[in-house]
This record gives sequence, C-alpha cells and structure tokens, in this order.
Amino acid sequence: MVSTLILSGGLLSPNPGLVFWTAITFLLLVFVLSKVAWKPIVEALNERENNIQSSINRAEEAKREAEKILAEVKAERAKAQVEADKIVSDARIYAEKIRAEILEKANAEARKVAEDAKADIELAKQRAMIELRNTVVDLAIEAATKIIQHNLDAERHKELIAGVINELETVER
Amino acid sequence: MEYFLRRITTTRLWQGLVLRSVLTATFFLVVPVVQAAPTTAHAEGIAQSEEKVDVLHHVTDGNTLEFEPFGEIHLPTIKIGDFDISITRHVVMMWVASLVLLLLFVSIGNTYKKMKPTEAPKGLANLIEVMVDFVRIDIVKANIGHGYERFLPYLLTVFFFILTCNLLGLIPYAATATSNISVTFTLAVFTFVIVQFTMFKEHGLSGWLAHLTGGTPWFLWIIMIPVEFLSMFIKPFALMVRLFANMTAGHVVIVTLIGLIFVFKSWFVAPAAVAITLAMYGLELFVAFMQAYIFTMLSSLFIGMAAAHEEHH
Repeated sequence: MVSTLILSGGLLSPNPGLVFWTAITFLLLVFVLSKVAWKPIVEALNERENNIQSSINRAEEAKREAEKILAEVKAERAKAQVEADKIVSDARIYAEKIRAEILEKANAEARKVAEDAKADIELAKQRAMIELRNTVVDLAIEAATKIIQHNLDAERHKELIAGVINELETVER
Repeated sequence: MEYFLRRITTTRLWQGLVLRSVLTATFFLVVPVVQAAPTTAHAEGIAQSEEKVDVLHHVTDGNTLEFEPFGEIHLPTIKIGDFDISITRHVVMMWVASLVLLLLFVSIGNTYKKMKPTEAPKGLANLIEVMVDFVRIDIVKANIGHGYERFLPYLLTVFFFILTCNLLGLIPYAATATSNISVTFTLAVFTFVIVQFTMFKEHGLSGWLAHLTGGTPWFLWIIMIPVEFLSMFIKPFALMVRLFANMTAGHVVIVTLIGLIFVFKSWFVAPAAVAITLAMYGLELFVAFMQAYIFTMLSSLFIGMAAAHEEHH
C-alpha cells in the first residue's frame, strides 16, 4: 500500500524532463556564477589572505628586529655597566695606592725630620760637651796658674778651690 | 591507510543510509495513517466530509503553481517526440532560485571586483563571504587539499543552489525543488561524473582499475571488486537519497501536522499542531543549511578520495 502510494504520487518516479531542466539550469548557473561571482570573490579572498600573511610576516620581521635591537642594547648596557664598575674599582685602587704613597711619603718625611732633629740635638750635645771639656780644662789650667802664681796658705787654698768650683757650677748651669 | 579510511567512510555512509531510510519509512507510514484517518472518522460518523488531506500533493511536482485561495497558474506542457520537458513547478522553483542567486552574486561579485585587499567587506558581502570562505576552506580545501581550486566553482554553486532551493521551499506557496528525486539525482550524477573523471585523470585507467581492488591481496578480489564497484554507485546514490529524503520528510511532517487540524475538524487541535509545526519549521531552517553543507562536504570528500595520490602510504 505504501509503495503504490509513493509511486502513484510520483515521489520516487524519476522525471526525465526535470532531469533535463535541472542539468541545463545547474550547468548554466555554474558557468555564470563562476564568471560573475566565484572568480572575483575567490581572487579577492586570496589577495586578502596574501596581504594579511605578508602583513603578519612583516610584523614578525619587525618584532624579530626589535628583539634583536633590544638584546643588543641590553648587551651594550651590561658591557657599559661592567666597564663603569671597572673604572670605579680602578679609580678606587689607584686612590688607595696614592693615599698609601702619600702616607708613606709623609711618614718618611716626618721620620726624617725627627731623625734630623735628633741628629742636630746629638751634635749640639757633643759640641756642648767638647766646649764644656775645653772650658773645664781652661779653668783647671787657670786655677793651676793662680795656685802657682800665689803661694798661699791652706785657708786661701780652700777659698780658691771653692771659688773655682762655684764658677764651674755657674758655667754648667 | 587509505583502505582503512575508505572502509570507515563506506560504513558510515551505510549507517547514514540506513538511518535515513528508517526515518523516511517512518514518515511514509505516517502519511497513509493521516490519509486513512478521514475514512475512519467517516465510518464512525463523526465527520461527514469526503475531502482528504493529500499530503503527497504538497511535496510532489506538478504542472500548476497553486496560490490557494486566489487561484492557480497553469504551466505550459512541452513535448519533443515522446520526451516530456514540461516546465513544472519544481523547474520554476529552480529558476527562481537561480534568479535569486544571480541577482545576489552579480552585485556581490561587482563589490569584490572593486574591493582593495586592505578593505574589509561590509553588509551583505560580509555575510556571503563567511559562507563562501567556509565552503572554500572548511569544506573544499579540508577534504580535497592540494589543487582544490579547480573544484571550487562546482562545489560553491552546488552549496548555494541547494541552500537557496531548500530555503525557498520554506516560503508559503513555494515548492522545494530539492525534495524532488530527479533534481537530487541530477546533482548526484554531476558529483559522480566529477569523481570518476578526477580518478581517471589523476591515476589513469590502471589506477582506476586498481582502486576497485581496494589495495587488498589478489585472493580477496572476488569480494573486494563487487564491494568497491557497488560503493562507487552507493556514494552518489546516498547523496541523492539523503537530500531528497531530508527535504521531503520535513515538509511531509509539516503538512501532516497542519493536516491534523482538518482531519479532526477541531479548533482544539490547532494550537498544538501550530506549535509543533513552528518547531518543525525551525528544524527545517536548520536542515536547509545542514543538507547543503552535507551534500557539498560529501562531494568534496569523494572528490578528495579520488584525487588522493597513494604513493605516500
């Protein structure tokens, strides 16, 4: 019953005329649409795709370039930092050296001045000693001379010697 | 690998075919019930009317354009010898679809001719471009791969032609050309011819014969050759039946649901029938896009399989 219904209704019976018209209509549609629509649309899409791709490529290129420059700048900065550090530390070492040198020099100078002073004092002392000895000798000789010139008593002797000794004391002071 | 892939595809096609057949059979079982209903009602003496809801009349082809209740236009009958090439309702619908497509695409084509690559598409061109690009990349390029461009005009036209016919069928007073098996037969034949031609061109006669063996050892040929030979025709047959059955079934269901109102001659049936019809109509809208996609996708898949070179597996 179902099959007769379907066939009588023409639902599954092929119609050659319709096949003919479908083929004609469809082929014409393929032909015309290819010309007026598919070709320009697909071409435009391809062109846009290429355009987008090249834009992406350019952006990628620019990014890579920027990254390269950034890396370079960073390296440069690091190098500069190292250089600056080196300069500062060099300067510090140099300053330290100079300070040590100056200190050394000053110390040496001071030591020299002190030594000179000491030497001067020693010299003056020696010179004074010599002078003292000479003076004592002179005085002794003078005393002896006086003793010899004045034949005197023992009292007088004592006075004379005490006088010489007093004189010596005043000289020594 | 290719053998395996083909086996899966064939199995899936078979499953699809069985599913469609079951669905279609279900709908055809509904039809006689609805048609039989008035008779039963008559026998019970509830309804006195003799008029039937002729479901098939609404989905089959005919020589008239009906605009009830305003009247109808009789289309010319043309015969060349015994060959009937009358302009039927479905031919008119195809021409309307073609006219719509031509008007649409001539203007859009002109937009694209003037467009610079740095310019973004606007409005209607943008809407159509989404679909064109979807067909181009996600259907055709994805399934055919290298050298897909030469199949684009056919596949794009098939997609938009089927889509427009499907959508026009949803307009009141219009008919669905794609629910006619002669129309889907013709489209399936185009795909079949392109598939066979592509295989001949890419692999030569020996390659075409070799594909019938499915790459199996010689002692399996007695099984494989009939299977592959059948599969060659089953693929386009499935395309034909799938589109036809889907477009017919939806309309049959809608007509049947609306028919229920007249069968029961009751106002109380109307709200439910209209509500379900509305839901069906929404489903039909989806199916219109779906079937255009499926037909184009499977055609691309078959062409892709025919064009595939087998050296690299």
